[in-house]
Amino acid sequence: MPPTSAGLATKCLTMLIKDLRLELRDKYALNAVLMFGITTLAVVSFSLGQSNLPPHLLGALFWIIMFFSAMSGLAHIFIREEDSGTALALRLSAPPDAVFIGKLLFNMILLTVLTLIITPLFFVFTNAPVSSLGSFIPILVLGVIGLCSATTLIAAIIARAAVKGALFAVLSFPIIIPLLLTLVLTTQKLFEGSGVSNVMTELQFLIAYMVVMIVGSLMLFKFVWTE
Amino acid sequence: MWWKLLILVVMSVMIVYSFITPAPQKIIGEASRIFYYHIPQAWISVLAFAMSMIYSIRYLKKRSLSEDDKAAATAGLGFMFCLLATVTGAIFAKVTWGSFWNWDPRETSVFILLLIYGAYFALRGAISDDDKRAALSAVYAIFAFITVPFLIFVVPRIIPSLHPTDSIVDENMKFTMGATIRIIFFSSLIVFTAIYFWMFNLTKRALKIKRHLLNEDI
Repeated sequence: MPPTSAGLATKCLTMLIKDLRLELRDKYALNAVLMFGITTLAVVSFSLGQSNLPPHLLGALFWIIMFFSAMSGLAHIFIREEDSGTALALRLSAPPDAVFIGKLLFNMILLTVLTLIITPLFFVFTNAPVSSLGSFIPILVLGVIGLCSATTLIAAIIARAAVKGALFAVLSFPIIIPLLLTLVLTTQKLFEGSGVSNVMTELQFLIAYMVVMIVGSLMLFKFVWTE
Repeated sequence: MWWKLLILVVMSVMIVYSFITPAPQKIIGEASRIFYYHIPQAWISVLAFAMSMIYSIRYLKKRSLSEDDKAAATAGLGFMFCLLATVTGAIFAKVTWGSFWNWDPRETSVFILLLIYGAYFALRGAISDDDKRAALSAVYAIFAFITVPFLIFVVPRIIPSLHPTDSIVDENMKFTMGATIRIIFFSSLIVFTAIYFWMFNLTKRALKIKRHLLNEDI
């Protein structure tokens, strides 16, 4: 019998709470993502020195930092299940959809925490125009959701492969290119002073990308998970 | 057997004619003869990747390893033809646009195609179990393929295309090429496609024998 929508929502929430509790116990993914993000940001800031970069380069730098920080920790959610041998039990006790949505939500929370810390630091360390921060927030939100929705399925794939670390970025990058390019272009426009109303097409694109990635992942996830 | 001989004859005649007839494009001149080879290669790589995608879907439905073998075989051929198209395209670009690489939309998309299938083979190499490798790489191939419409939307916004859009058909879907050029071009297209299916067949059979020798049921 297929689970009812209410039942599915509860199961997703249970999954999410379980993962959050585990994460708070060892803080492995959180530490990895945060330290990677801050280190990269510091390297960028040091190497720029006193030079004032034009705004359109700053947008690219910001999303490069975000992409590689995300790559350092988002796969952990599935690798942990395989490493600790709990994947099999999870497969028996929860439907694949609930597992996927739970892990997707967890990754979104993880990346939101990263964004909340990296973004203010980025504006402090570089000469990015603070006045654009307000219009930058919707892009940040959609960027975080888009990054997670595209990489969570890849995380599930590489958790089952032999070499995990390097493969995650290699497999994710071609999938993420359209998202990353749009985010960079949009951020450039915003840093150069245009308002949210000028980037409506890009916002629609980001929403469409997110929806397609989540639907595609949900359709394909059971093949990865129950194989 | 006869069709293999036919390929030999048609291909030889096509190659000779592609060099002795007047150059297809007057402004570019002699260098434009590469068009007889570059476009069929690009077409084959698209065809091969599309076939790989179909075999991946079929694998997920039927769970038979021979489907996965076919998906991998045609992806490998597609990768090879994609590399050939990239190299001939880069040479052509150097002659006509002045540099080997311009991040023209088609160059960008071909680069991303190479990245996707490079990642696909990296993934296949990283999994030792046959069923697991088949399922995971099929999922990856399908997932990567659904991002292609987004690329078509986003890539032309970065740099406008330098590729001609009217070299084969114009806006009214009429052929812009002269009769001789058209015959050489289409025979090249057909003969390249035939060679692709020949190579696909050979790879497929080799993989089948390999499985047989490893004593696995297909």
